Amino acid sequence: MGAIEKSPKISLIGTLAMLIEAPGDFDMTQQGRVWALADALSSWPNVQEAVIGVTNVLLVFEQPPDDIGVLSASVVELWHRLPSRMADGKLIEIPVVYGSEYGFDLPAVAMRAGLSEREVIRIHSDGEYTVCAVASSPGFGYLHGLDPRIYMSRKSVPSLNMSAGSVTIGGMQTGVAVLTSPNGWNAIGWASVAMFDPERTQPSLMLPGDRVRFRIDRIEL
Amino acid sequence: MIEILTSHAFNTIQDRGRHGARSLGVSTSGAMDPVALEAGNALLGNDRDAAGIEIQTFPFRLRFSRDTTFALTGADHDATLAGVTVPSWWCRRAKAGDILSISAPRRGARVYVTFGGGIDLPRVLGSRSTHLRAGFGGMEGRALQAGDIVPVGATQRADDGRVDFGVEPPDVATAGSGLPKERVLRVRVMRAGEHDLFSEAMRATFWSTTWKISARSDRGGYRLTGGKLTLDVPVEMRSHGVVAGVVQVPPAGEPIIQMSDANTAGGYPKMAAVIQADLWRLGQAAPGSFIAFSEVSYQDAVAAMAPVNDYLARLRATADLYRAL
Repeated sequence: MGAIEKSPKISLIGTLAMLIEAPGDFDMTQQGRVWALADALSSWPNVQEAVIGVTNVLLVFEQPPDDIGVLSASVVELWHRLPSRMADGKLIEIPVVYGSEYGFDLPAVAMRAGLSEREVIRIHSDGEYTVCAVASSPGFGYLHGLDPRIYMSRKSVPSLNMSAGSVTIGGMQTGVAVLTSPNGWNAIGWASVAMFDPERTQPSLMLPGDRVRFRIDRIEL
Repeated sequence: MIEILTSHAFNTIQDRGRHGARSLGVSTSGAMDPVALEAGNALLGNDRDAAGIEIQTFPFRLRFSRDTTFALTGADHDATLAGVTVPSWWCRRAKAGDILSISAPRRGARVYVTFGGGIDLPRVLGSRSTHLRAGFGGMEGRALQAGDIVPVGATQRADDGRVDFGVEPPDVATAGSGLPKERVLRVRVMRAGEHDLFSEAMRATFWSTTWKISARSDRGGYRLTGGKLTLDVPVEMRSHGVVAGVVQVPPAGEPIIQMSDANTAGGYPKMAAVIQADLWRLGQAAPGSFIAFSEVSYQDAVAAMAPVNDYLARLRATADLYRAL
């Protein structure tokens, strides 16, 4: 018997939002299908926005839909029919000052990984990452592709004032903090890149499907 | 133009919100009580989208630099213009030099001042709402402070027509939703994604508890105390989009209702979502006050918006008529 393709889980958040969660594990194939789904759904009537998450899409409506059942069925049908979108966005290179006063969690990450700080830096800057979703704060990209050797769980007590530009690791993801604010991710360095500017034609530097490389600008241990 | 004379923390310029930028990680912001803001605009004949001032810390004082029509809506409060009382849910014309003073509400949390022509600051990503965390929109992306000069747009006509009239606030005017009998605001919600993952006992706790809105509540979210909701088997949710009104349950078990300034994404299990027809009421619930949840179906949640929409349509028609008299 062949594998039966599961359907996404669909649930409502009030009358103006519908969450569509891809079945199965998180991987880039499912994420690519989520991107394709969001692209297609964003032009549907009554859809104000299709908001990409990690293997899910939130549809925000202008008005409460007339028939949730019919709409859900159409979404499921589309999910099974759509080809996955490749991570074919632009390549963004981000110079990083690793360590330094901003990368205050680097020693802890190295210790947890059983590596030297320089090895952590090498592994992080060797990787190529994919922007899965932009969420949480303006222009913040959830970057997938971290080497499992430097996974580091989020802190139970967030750092109270992490600086904008902090290069961070949160679980199996990495990212660049956009705002100076409390943050539970682990800071390993700092990048002086304008991640978000509301006055730009494209305010967010990172978009889903973009690829990111971190380049060693300087190491301060 | 108007000049801000006295303003404490967190008083901001807000319109109906910044919609369509969630995909960039930008929360909607917007008035916590959109019905009050829209009513204030309707009293003056403004567009629905016009921006006003949301006041949530008091006292607040401003001076008019030129003759300007304005309206006061939202929480039930005392105000004076040039020393003369102005009722709430009322519009009036101020003369150049007049000072408007607004004191802490007796009931409710947020007062709205709207101005004929609306606040004339540039739109950022389609809205004039202040995004405090990101620092854009409104007045340089920050809360108002004494000394700020806020531009107000021109109205269509030199003579704005008749002013000095008021309307019933929506909680009085809309049937079936009158003042809470007990001191508990009943909020209608629909079940959300992870409701059924909670045990029957936990669900019972959710529906039967009188929840207190904690002092650690703001435009970003209301933290609730009074009970603990835990899952037998904790779930790891992947980061997903959320909207205002969603009731999330963090591992510690005390629910949080996301409000206007909430992040665009969340990862906690979702118990329920406050329906659109009650979100403005919740926006007027002050820290320290109590709420309880009632469940409604999707159809009932949709239907519940009709009285609110009818109220605003009636108000606009009445105000248009008055101004033309």
